[in-house]
Amino acid sequence: MTANSIGRAQAGGRGAMLEIRNLSVSIQDKLILDNLSLAVDAGEVAAIMGPNGSGKSTLAYVITGKPGYEVQSGEIVLDGVNLLDLEPTERALKGLFLAFQYPTEIPGVTTMTFLKAALNAQRRARGESDLTTPDFMRRVREAANTLKIDQEMLRRPLNVGFSGGEKKRFEVLQMALLAPRVSVLDETDSGLDIDALRVVADGVNDLRDPKRAFVVITHYQRLLDHIKPDVVHVMARGRIVATGGPELALELERNGYRDYAEEAA
Amino acid sequence: MAADQETVDRVRSIDVDAYKYGFVTLIESDRAPKGLSEDTIRFISRKKDEPEWLLEWRLEAFRRWQTMEEPKWARVSHPPIDYQDIYYFAAPKSAPAPRSLDEVDPELLRTYAKLGIPLVEQEVLAGVEKQKVAVDAVFDSVSVATTFKAELAKAGVIFCSFSEAVRNHPDLVRRYLGTVVPSTDNFFATLNSAVFSDGSFAYVPPGVRCPMELSTYFRINERNTGQFERTLIIADPGAYVSYLEGCTAPKRDENQLHAAVVELIALDDAEIKYSTVQNWYPGDSEGRGGIYNFVTKRGDCRGARSKISWTQVETGSAITWKYPSCILRGEASRGEFYSIAISNGHQQVDSGTKMIHLGRNTTSRIISKGVAAGKSQNTYRGQVSAHRLATGARNFTNCDSLLIGRECGAHTVPYIEAKNASAVIEHEATTSKVSEEQMFYCLQRGLSAEEATALIVNGFVRDVLQQLPMEFAVEAQKLISISLEGSVG
Repeated sequence: MTANSIGRAQAGGRGAMLEIRNLSVSIQDKLILDNLSLAVDAGEVAAIMGPNGSGKSTLAYVITGKPGYEVQSGEIVLDGVNLLDLEPTERALKGLFLAFQYPTEIPGVTTMTFLKAALNAQRRARGESDLTTPDFMRRVREAANTLKIDQEMLRRPLNVGFSGGEKKRFEVLQMALLAPRVSVLDETDSGLDIDALRVVADGVNDLRDPKRAFVVITHYQRLLDHIKPDVVHVMARGRIVATGGPELALELERNGYRDYAEEAA
Repeated sequence: MAADQETVDRVRSIDVDAYKYGFVTLIESDRAPKGLSEDTIRFISRKKDEPEWLLEWRLEAFRRWQTMEEPKWARVSHPPIDYQDIYYFAAPKSAPAPRSLDEVDPELLRTYAKLGIPLVEQEVLAGVEKQKVAVDAVFDSVSVATTFKAELAKAGVIFCSFSEAVRNHPDLVRRYLGTVVPSTDNFFATLNSAVFSDGSFAYVPPGVRCPMELSTYFRINERNTGQFERTLIIADPGAYVSYLEGCTAPKRDENQLHAAVVELIALDDAEIKYSTVQNWYPGDSEGRGGIYNFVTKRGDCRGARSKISWTQVETGSAITWKYPSCILRGEASRGEFYSIAISNGHQQVDSGTKMIHLGRNTTSRIISKGVAAGKSQNTYRGQVSAHRLATGARNFTNCDSLLIGRECGAHTVPYIEAKNASAVIEHEATTSKVSEEQMFYCLQRGLSAEEATALIVNGFVRDVLQQLPMEFAVEAQKLISISLEGSVG
C-alpha cells in the first residue's frame, strides 16, 4: 500500500462524502490528532481500529464539534462545507450523527420527549412539518421492535437507569429514527453481549444505503463480523497508519496493534 | 411527557425577545392621592363602602405598621422604598362594581384576552374540550369580573371579589379574616392589612367538592401603584377546592411594590390546593424596573386530617420574598409545598416555606427546585419545626438547585427544629450545573442550545410541574422557557 492511499479507500474517482484533511487537534497543549487525513465515500462503511489512546474518540468528538478540543490545523469537509465552521447543532442538522460511547443521562426528561424533540428539529431543518403524535409513536414502536427495545424503557428518563446494553441500543434506535447521512459509531460494541451485538449490528445493516456513510470505531474484530466494513483504517498515535479491506481487521485480531504502534512512533 | 415537548414547541412560536405581558392598557383610573396616612386608608375604605369594623381593623394595622421596620434577613438588596411615593389605590374608571361582564369596560376585557385569560364565559363554554375554570380578575386595586358565579352558587360555593364578600358575607369574612396571618404578623402583611384594596374570596361548604378550578388573575397596570390584594379561602369540613393564581404587570422603569396576603383555612378532612404561576415583570436586562413581590401566604390546617398544598412556579419579579407556609394544627393534617423558582438577569429570589407541626401525626413534604441563570441570586429558605405536642410528626424536604452559567448563585438555608423526640425530619439538598455533556448530547441530536436548556430544565423541575393542574402546567412550561431566554451564551 502506498502512502497516498493511506486513509483513503479506492473510491474509483468519486469525490468523498466526508473528507478529513491534515487534521491536528490538541487538548491542553497535548497533541491528540496529528495531521490526520481520512476520506469516507457515500455508501461506505469505514471501520477505524486502533489501540487505547490512539485518538479514536477524539476524532469522533472533533467531527461532531464537542467543545474542549483545540483544532490546530486542517479541515473536515462534508458536502463541500468545512464542518469546523459550524456549531454542533448545525452539523447535526446536516445529517451528522454520533452514537456515543458513554451516552449521557438527563434526569426528568423522558426518552420519548427527547426523541420527539430531536426528530422534529431534524425535520424542520429539512423543511418538513412536525410529525403528528400517532405517526411519531408508530415510527418509534417499529424501530424499537426491530432493536428489541422494551416500550417500558422509552417511558423512563433519558438514559437514566439504562444498562450499558440498553444505552447502546437506544443510540442505535436514535440513529434509525433520525436516519443520518453520516453516522459515527464510537465503540458501540463495548459492553454488549453477543445477542445484543447482533441486534445492534442488524440495526446498522438495515440503514446501509448508497447515500449514507458509516464510520465505525472499534477495538475488536468481533463487531466487524456482523457489520461488514468496506474499508478498515488503522489508527495509532493520532493518525491513520494503514488502510485496507476487511482482511486487515482479521490480521489485527491475530497480531495485535504492536506493529502499527511502532510504525507511527 | 407530551407536556415537556410542548415547551420546546412553544419556545419557537413565542416572541421570546420581550416580556410578553409588558404592554400598558390605556384606561382612565380613579386613584387615591399619593402617599400613606389615615386619610388614605379612610379614602380606600369609603371607596369600598366598608363597614366600620373593617375600617377600624385597617387603622389599627396602620398604627402598628408605623412602629415596624422592614425585615432585613432575606438575601436580597434594594434601594429603600419610599412608602409615601406610592399610590395605594387605583381603580379602572367605569361604573363601580360591575354586576355582569356586559358592564365591564371592553378595554379591560381586551387586556385580559391579550393575557390569554378567558374572561368571557361564552368563549369558555364554546371551547367544549376546555376544562372549566372560574376566574376572578383583579386589575390594579379592584376586582373587575368574576365568572361562573351562578354555576358555583348551585354547589353552594361562594367565589367573589373580597369587597363583595365584605358586603354580602360579612360574617364569614369577620370570622376568618386575619386568623391565619394576623394584622400584626410582619411589616408587609401589616401594610397590606392597612391598605388592601381587593382580592378574592372563596368559601366551600361542608362536604362539597368545588366543581371547577377557581382562579384569580392579578394585573398591575397603573404607574407608581402598589398592589395589595388579599385572598381568603375557607374549606369547611370535608370540602375540596383547587385554586390558581396568575400574575402579570406592564414593563415600567420604576419598581412597583406588590404586597399581598393569602390566608387559607382547612377544617376537618378538608383539602385546599393552591397553585401560583407568578410572572410579574422581572425588570430589564440591566436590572432596571420590575416588581418587588413581598408576599405573605399561609395556610392553617385547622381541622383533623385536613390538607393544604402549595404549588408555585415563580419566574417573574425583580425581587421575590415569599414563603407560603402551613400551620399543621389538626391531628394528622398534612402540608405540602412544591416550588419551582427560576431566576435570570438580575432577579433576586428568596423563597421557601414553613411547615409548623403543632398536632400529632402531622406530615409535610417540601420539594423545591431552584434554577438560577444570568446574574441572578436564588435562595431557598425554609423552616420545619415540630412542637412539643407534635408526636409522630414527619417531614421530608428535598431542595435541588440548578445553575446555568457562571455569574449566578444558588443558596439553601434550612431551619430545622424538633421539640418532640418522636419527630422525623429529613432534608436532602443538591446543587448541580447543566453539564457540558448533557448540552452536547442534545446539540448533537439537532436541538438548539435554547431548546436543549429548556428541555434539561423542564426535566429538572418535572416532579413539581406534575403537581400543577394540566392547563397551567403547559402555561408554566412556556414561562420557564421564556424566562430562560438569553441564559445560554
